[in-house]
Amino acid sequence: MRAARVLLRPVGLAGFGLLVLVLLVAVFGPVLWDGRATVVDTGNLLAGPSAEHWIGTDNLGRDLFFRVLVATRLSVALALASTGISVALGIVLGAAPLLAGRRAGRLVTGAVSVLVAFPGLLLVLFFAVVFGVGARGAALAVGLAGAPAFARLCHTLIAGISARDYIAAARIAGVSRWRILRRHALPNIAEPLIVNATMAAGGALLTFAGLSFLGLGVQAPSYDWGRLMQDGLNGIYVHPLAALGPGIAVVLAGLAFNLTGEAFAAAFGVDVIPGVARLRQVRNAAAEARGSGATTASTDAGTILSVDDLRVTIPGAQRPIRAVRGVGFAVRDGEAVGVVGESGSGKSMTALALARLIEEPIRVEANHLVFAGEDLMAGGDSAARRKRLGTSLAVVFQDPMTSFNPVHRVGPQLAEVSRFHQGLSRRAALARAVDRLRAVRVRDPERRARQYPFEFSGGMRQRAMIGMGLMGTPRLIIADEPTTALDVTVQRQVLELLTEVRRDTGAALLLISHDVSVVTDVCDRVLVMYAGRIVEELPARDLRTLARHPYTRALVAAVPDMETDLTRPLAVIPGLPVDPSRIPDGCAFAARCPLADDHCRTADPPLRADAAGNRVACHKAGQALPDTAEVTA
Amino acid sequence: MTVLSFRDVSVRYGSHTVLKGVSLDIAHGEIVGLVGESGSGKSTLARAAVGLAPLAGGRILLDDRPVPTRGRARPVQMVFQDPYSSLDPRMTVGESIAEAMRERLGKQARRAEITRLLALVHLDAARAGDRPGRLSGGQRQRVALARALAARPEVILADEITSALDVSVQGAVLNLVREMRRELDLSMLFISHNLAVVRYVADRVAVMYDGEIVEHGPTTQVLGSPQHEYTRHLLAAVPGAAHRASAGDRASAGNQASVGNQASAENRNGILSPTPKEHT
Repeated sequence: MRAARVLLRPVGLAGFGLLVLVLLVAVFGPVLWDGRATVVDTGNLLAGPSAEHWIGTDNLGRDLFFRVLVATRLSVALALASTGISVALGIVLGAAPLLAGRRAGRLVTGAVSVLVAFPGLLLVLFFAVVFGVGARGAALAVGLAGAPAFARLCHTLIAGISARDYIAAARIAGVSRWRILRRHALPNIAEPLIVNATMAAGGALLTFAGLSFLGLGVQAPSYDWGRLMQDGLNGIYVHPLAALGPGIAVVLAGLAFNLTGEAFAAAFGVDVIPGVARLRQVRNAAAEARGSGATTASTDAGTILSVDDLRVTIPGAQRPIRAVRGVGFAVRDGEAVGVVGESGSGKSMTALALARLIEEPIRVEANHLVFAGEDLMAGGDSAARRKRLGTSLAVVFQDPMTSFNPVHRVGPQLAEVSRFHQGLSRRAALARAVDRLRAVRVRDPERRARQYPFEFSGGMRQRAMIGMGLMGTPRLIIADEPTTALDVTVQRQVLELLTEVRRDTGAALLLISHDVSVVTDVCDRVLVMYAGRIVEELPARDLRTLARHPYTRALVAAVPDMETDLTRPLAVIPGLPVDPSRIPDGCAFAARCPLADDHCRTADPPLRADAAGNRVACHKAGQALPDTAEVTA
Repeated sequence: MTVLSFRDVSVRYGSHTVLKGVSLDIAHGEIVGLVGESGSGKSTLARAAVGLAPLAGGRILLDDRPVPTRGRARPVQMVFQDPYSSLDPRMTVGESIAEAMRERLGKQARRAEITRLLALVHLDAARAGDRPGRLSGGQRQRVALARALAARPEVILADEITSALDVSVQGAVLNLVREMRRELDLSMLFISHNLAVVRYVADRVAVMYDGEIVEHGPTTQVLGSPQHEYTRHLLAAVPGAAHRASAGDRASAGNQASVGNQASAENRNGILSPTPKEHT
C-alpha cells in the first residue's frame, strides 16, 4: 500500500521508472552490446558523432555509446557493493551499545563520532591508497568511508527503539542480544535505513566516477563511467559528447537512486492524508449527516457556549471517519460541564472543534456554535475574533509537556499571550505572567518563570498551563483530560485548582475525561458520549444512581471505587467500541447492549429531553438491566 | 512461603538515589499492591528485579536464591504499562508469545501452547496471526500478559498495567488478574497509583514514598485505617472521596474526608510536599 503511494507521486514514478531502466541496462547491457562496444573500427578513430556512432568513438575506434551502456553494470555494481559494505558495517557499529553492553558501546559510539567528523573524500583517498589502486580497492574505500555515517544513523535509530518496552520484554524473556537485533531492532528501523541506503548508492556512484576519473578507481581494460569520462576528456574541445555522454549516464543513474530514495522517504516519513477524491467523499458524507441527528440547544441569555448539530469528519483511507455526529449542548455562565466516554467516542474532537483548533482537511460543521454571544461558524477567522477568543477562552490539554514550547522559558511563553492579545509591554506582560503563576499556586513564581518547561514536574506544568489560560480573563475553560497523565495526589491538586479558579473568576468549565469519578467530583452536569453522539445528559450527582442509558450505567459500574464489592467480578462492557468509520444503522451501542432488540438495531434513538431537562438517547431508557451476572460475563 | 524477596534494595542513578534500602516480600500465590506517586521508585523496584535497573545495594532473592537475569529460564516476568510500546509492531501475536517460551517447541506443540495461553487471557486462537496494530489496547495488554505467562513464571511484576486503558477495559483486565491468581496460583507485584484498583486485586499493600516503603500490611488494614500520613494523603486524593463524603454516605467516609482535608492543608503549608519536586 505504501509502495503504491510511492509510485503515485510524479517524483516516485519518475525515479522508480528511471531506476528500473538503469538496472535493466546494467543486467542486460553487457550481454546485448558487448560485441558492439569492443569491435575496433580503425577507419573511425576518435571520430565525432555520426549516424553510425551516436556519440563518437574512442582512440581505438570503439563505439562510445555502447561502451557507456555496457559500463552501466560495473558502475552500478561497484556503487551497490560499496553501499552494502557501508550499511553492513554501519549496522554492526551502530548496534554496538545493544550488542556489547553499555561500556563497550560507548567506546564504539565515540570512535564513530570522531570518524563522522572526518571529510568523506579524505577517508576515501586514504583507504584507496591503503587498499591499492583498482576496482576492489575503490569499492572497499568508498564502502568503509561511508560506514561511519550509517553507524551514526543506526545508532540513533536503534537508540530510539531500545527505549521501547518490547525490547525490555524480550530481554526479560531471555532472548539473546543478536536475536533482539535481528528480530526486533532491524525490522523496525528498516524503512529509514533503506531510504538512506538508496540515496547513499547514488552518492557512491558519483564518488566512483570521481575516483576512476582521478585514475584511482577502475583500471584498463575494465571501464566504468568515470574511466570513460577520463578518456573523453582529452578531446573535450573537439568532441564534447565523448566526455559528456558518460557524464549524463552518471547524472541519470544518480538521479534514479536519489529520486527513488526521496520518494520513499516522503512516503514513509509523513503519513500523508489522502487527496482530493477523499475530500469529495467527506463532503458527501457530511451532507448526508446533516439530515439526521440534529439536536437543538437553546441560546438563552446567561449561556456562554451553545452548539447545535456539531459534526467533525476526518477524511480516512477507505471512508471518512465521522468522529462527531451531531452534538448539541449549552454551557451556562460559571457552570462546570463534564464530558465522559471511552477513547474514540469523539469527546476530544468535540473539545477541539469548540476551541476552533481543528484544521483542514478535517471538517467541522455546525448549525451554530455560539461562544460569548458570537457565532464562530459565521464569517472568517478575523484577527479581532482570534484576539477575543485568545483572552476569553482557555484550553488545557492532557499532555502539558507537548503544549509548552520546550526551548522557551515558561514566563515569556505565558507573557506572549498578553503581549499578543492584550497589547501589554514585555515588562508588564512578564509581571502578569509571574502574578498568574502565583495565582495557580506555583511556589517561588519569579524563579519558576525563568525556568524551562522540562524543569517543571507534570503537575507543575499543568498548573502553568492553567496559568496561561488565566493570562486573559477566561469565561470558559476547556480542559481535555487535564489529569490523565498525573498521579492521584497531583490530580487532586489540579482539580482543586480548577475549582478555585472557577470560583475566583466565574469562568465556566468544560471538562473532558474518561474517568467517571473525576467528573462527578468536579462538575455540575455530565454529557455521556458514545460513537460521536451524546447519549445521555444528566446532573453529575445523579450519575451513579439515576442514569438511564445502559451505556452510562455500564460505564459507572465498570470503575472500581473504594467501596466496590470485592467478592464479585467487576462489570465489563462486552465487545469493542464502534469503529467510527463503520457506524452501524440503528443505535450505535446496540451490539454491546444487554437490552438491545431488533428495533434498536434498525432505528437510531433520538436524544429526547424530559421535563427536568435531562436528555437520553435510548429506546429502552431506564429499563431494568437483566441479571448482572450476564453483564459481568 | 516467600517467593520473591527484596532485601534492603538500593538503586542509584548517578548521584540520585531512587530506592533507599527497600525490603518487601511476596508470598506464594499472593498479590502485593505497590502504591505511590510517580517518581517514588515503584517501577524501579520492579525493573531491578528483572535486571533492567542496576542494584547499588541489597539483594533480590527468589526462593532464597538470587533471581536469574541471564539465560533462557526467567522465572520473574514483567508486564508493562503501555501496551502500545510493549509489543513489537512487526511481529505477530503468536511470534511475540512464542519468543518468551522457555524451551524450543516443535511447530505443532508451539501452536498448541500459544492457543492455550491465548485462551487463558480470553483471546481467540485466531488472533495469533494478527499484528498488534489490529488489536485494541485491552487486547494488547492481554497479549502482554499471555507473553509473560509463556515463560511459566513464578512471579509476575505488573507495572501500571491498567492505567493506559479505557475504564471499560480496565475492569476486564482486573477481572483477568484475579482469575489468573485464583486458577494459576500466581504471585504478583501489582504496581498502580490507583488505590481503588489496588484495593480490588491486592491481598497486601505497600505504600512507597520517595524511594522508601512507608507503610505496608493487609489491604483492608492499610486502606481502612492508614497509619502513615502519606497513606492518608493518598486516600484523600482518590476521586469520588469528597463526593461520597458530601453525600454523607457513611460516618467513616466523613472521617476519611476530614483526614483528607487535613492532609491537603498540611500539603499547602509544605509539611508534606510530594508535588513541587525541584529539578534544579
